[in-house]
Amino acid sequence: MRRNKVGGQVTQHVSLTVNGRSREEAIDDNLLLLDYLRERRGLTGTKRGCDGGECGACTVLVDGAPRLACITLAASCQGRAVETIEFQNVEGNLSKLQRAFHEKLGAQCGYCTPGMVMAAEALLRRRPRPSDAEIREALSGNLCRCTGYVKILEAVRAAAAAP
Amino acid sequence: MSGTVAGHATPLIDGVEKVTGRARYTADLGFSALWGEILRSPHAHAEIVRVDTSRARSLAGVRAVLTGDDCDVPYGILPIAHNEYPLARKRVRYWGEPVAAVAADDEKTARAALELIEVEYRPLPACFSADQALAESATRLHDDKPRNIEREVENAFGDVPAGFAAADLVREERFRYAEVTHAQMEPDAALAEYDAARGQLTLQSVTQVPYYVHLTLAQCLGMSPSHIRVIKPFVGGGFGHRTECLNFEIIAALLARAACGTVSIELSREQTFVMHHGRPETDIRLRIGMKKSGEITAVDAECVQRGGAYAGYGIVTILYAGALLHALYRLPAANYRGWRVYSNTPPCGPMRGHGSVDMRHAFESLLDAMGEELGLDAFAVRRANLIAPPYRALNDLQVNSCGLAQCLDWVEQASGWKARKGKLPRGRGLGMACSHYVSGAAKPVHWTGEPHATVNLRLDFDGSVTLLTGAADIGQGSSTLLAMVAAEVLGIALGRIRVVATDSALTPKDNGSYSSRVSFMVGNAALAAAQELKTQLEAAAGSGACFDDAVHALLAKSGPITVRGTYTVPPALQGGKFRGAGVGPSPGFSYAAQVVEVALDEETGEVKVEQVWVAQDCGFAINPLAVEGQVQGAVWMGMGQALGEATHYLAPHGLPQRANLLDYGFPTIVESPPIEVGIVESRDPTGPFGAKEASEGALAGFPPALTSAIADAVGIRVHELPVSADRLFEALRARRRAARLKTAARG
Repeated sequence: MRRNKVGGQVTQHVSLTVNGRSREEAIDDNLLLLDYLRERRGLTGTKRGCDGGECGACTVLVDGAPRLACITLAASCQGRAVETIEFQNVEGNLSKLQRAFHEKLGAQCGYCTPGMVMAAEALLRRRPRPSDAEIREALSGNLCRCTGYVKILEAVRAAAAAP
Repeated sequence: MSGTVAGHATPLIDGVEKVTGRARYTADLGFSALWGEILRSPHAHAEIVRVDTSRARSLAGVRAVLTGDDCDVPYGILPIAHNEYPLARKRVRYWGEPVAAVAADDEKTARAALELIEVEYRPLPACFSADQALAESATRLHDDKPRNIEREVENAFGDVPAGFAAADLVREERFRYAEVTHAQMEPDAALAEYDAARGQLTLQSVTQVPYYVHLTLAQCLGMSPSHIRVIKPFVGGGFGHRTECLNFEIIAALLARAACGTVSIELSREQTFVMHHGRPETDIRLRIGMKKSGEITAVDAECVQRGGAYAGYGIVTILYAGALLHALYRLPAANYRGWRVYSNTPPCGPMRGHGSVDMRHAFESLLDAMGEELGLDAFAVRRANLIAPPYRALNDLQVNSCGLAQCLDWVEQASGWKARKGKLPRGRGLGMACSHYVSGAAKPVHWTGEPHATVNLRLDFDGSVTLLTGAADIGQGSSTLLAMVAAEVLGIALGRIRVVATDSALTPKDNGSYSSRVSFMVGNAALAAAQELKTQLEAAAGSGACFDDAVHALLAKSGPITVRGTYTVPPALQGGKFRGAGVGPSPGFSYAAQVVEVALDEETGEVKVEQVWVAQDCGFAINPLAVEGQVQGAVWMGMGQALGEATHYLAPHGLPQRANLLDYGFPTIVESPPIEVGIVESRDPTGPFGAKEASEGALAGFPPALTSAIADAVGIRVHELPVSADRLFEALRARRRAARLKTAARG
């Protein structure tokens, strides 16, 4: 990691992997991971829903663990692997969670969906057969205003049960 | 009917985009645009003495700076109540009202420019409650509105004194409701592109009604509507927040024109809260007369709404609260008086269940309590007052289908009401309530004499059918529904239909996604368009031909074609002639009943909703999957209002206290119960395949079912929402104290 100080702002040379593609680039140390993904990488699937850490719409995986991209500094991802919603399709097919959210109507307006799917993905990797209580706990930081969460719960259950 | 497409549970046709992150919302579109920022009022009420933008203008990278001087055209959703400016002129009336705006090369420069704008204010006394605003001594927000009354409504139907005289029981109660807001997940945003060479404007925005935005932009910018294009990309929910043209949409357009470029405005979550346009703080006084049988003999209702700083939909909201007293039950006589009051808080507007929700809580609660007093079961009281269609309410609402009786049967059975009511352990309770809603307002806001809805179907050499509609899909699944209607009529697979929606350059004008109008009205237009196309295909190829052959035969004759279907509300369903009669009438009314089970912690006052059983008469479920999702969402939104949601503004400056998603406090998945949905299909005679609305009607039933369940659990009737834990804790403590005092007095 190299540091250059330009006009009071520290720029770091950071190497990070996003959706399997590694890149080294200059990142201001106050740049949020959310803005980096959306503006620098064009990955607009990750959404801003609040003023910081309120809603979970920006949930991504950093080394497999769910993180809120809106309160994570991009520079802190040095050497780490970031995954976003755009990386969940497998060879053009929807992931189990994506398919279940689509088929069970776990997404209505869809704005919370990428974060919801990523938080659920982290859960299923950790706990492939979660209980309802575990699903609720894992998604408790992801807000949805459309569904009442009923079909979100059904979708995660269905994805966990899918072969 | 259950056809090959209609009546089958169908995932949304744009669902794959949503689950893969490919769906583009407004904030995903404008990364190369100039950055727009808005300077907002730090006062709840003040005169603007002086604005100096010279230092901001001279900052490098600033492309445009605007103030109230740059637009002197007032706007508002109702043609009779235009009293808001996109940027305040001479006076600000709520904390956060836009005063000036900047477009700059980037966010940092735009924010720096805001700091350089000097505004001198002379603070004025502010009103934060309806009572304050109504006082003779209160400062007027608008010079032409004495006592800050925006609209006073009074209507009387039937012989109310005779009705009360004939009653066996008359009871009166007061109720109080906190202001709640939509809090849709997508913050507000707009992207405006001005083509100076051609004098043309394109606006992409989060709107539910692109047509109103289009009209308002033309008016405020002094442009011909023909030079404006409005596009709605994916929208992250609305619930009424985006029914009116909102100030940031006009400001983005003004900035783009001033900067001769493209300007993106993204509001923060806090600013989105301040944009508000939700359900007003409301006070209700309600009196009901009832026979021993449970039959209602008369109703007398008063409603005061704290409307916020500008008119918006206010007149409609205060009229809805009275109009939808009717058409759920048989009411032989009813008085209604309503006051819509201006206050120094963000403007209110339409929110899911527009105008009906608080009044429905009051009504169902009082009905419930009176039934109990008379020894009647809650279901029996409702059944004693059922309407039998065709039924014309006293206020000329025409009901042609009503499945409320079946809804009652379904929830009574599903919840095990008969076996369990009154027999649950201490701290647990069951409650129920009914509700209803319109399937579209029979009188649109902008009355032009045109059909209420138009859909085009385009057919070309590739044999695909493109459905063109101005109806805004904001997550409720309207595009899917319209495609299903067309596919059903044409007898083709759903995948053969492509929907192009909400781009004024391509799609026919639509009155938008409000008042649950789309399924009924635009659904009927899609039905008519598909029938027209089918007729032409059959004329070209005979009725037995397969679809591809028919397409070739028709195109050989006519070339690529576009057919049109329209829908107009029949005059008999457009309501009466009295003042205010335009609000309430609808071609179809949905009905819902629900049972709520609660578990209550008497030590903390915390209420947990264990389960909800809800039945909705949606006429016919064109897409049962979406109906279920909409009903669950509506019930859950009612739960949020009932249990904890409330905005709050701090005197003296009107600073919003809960303008973030943590403090505003709508439920997370942890507090959200199972919601079992029963679909009742009454087949409305004029709905598309018999369909009516399914997105709003069930909301209003939740709060009264909840308070009824709390009464069942602990014997306390709550007349104030939200029923927060501290409020219930206080009520429980007061009761314990009273009981102790009584024991002590005896001893």
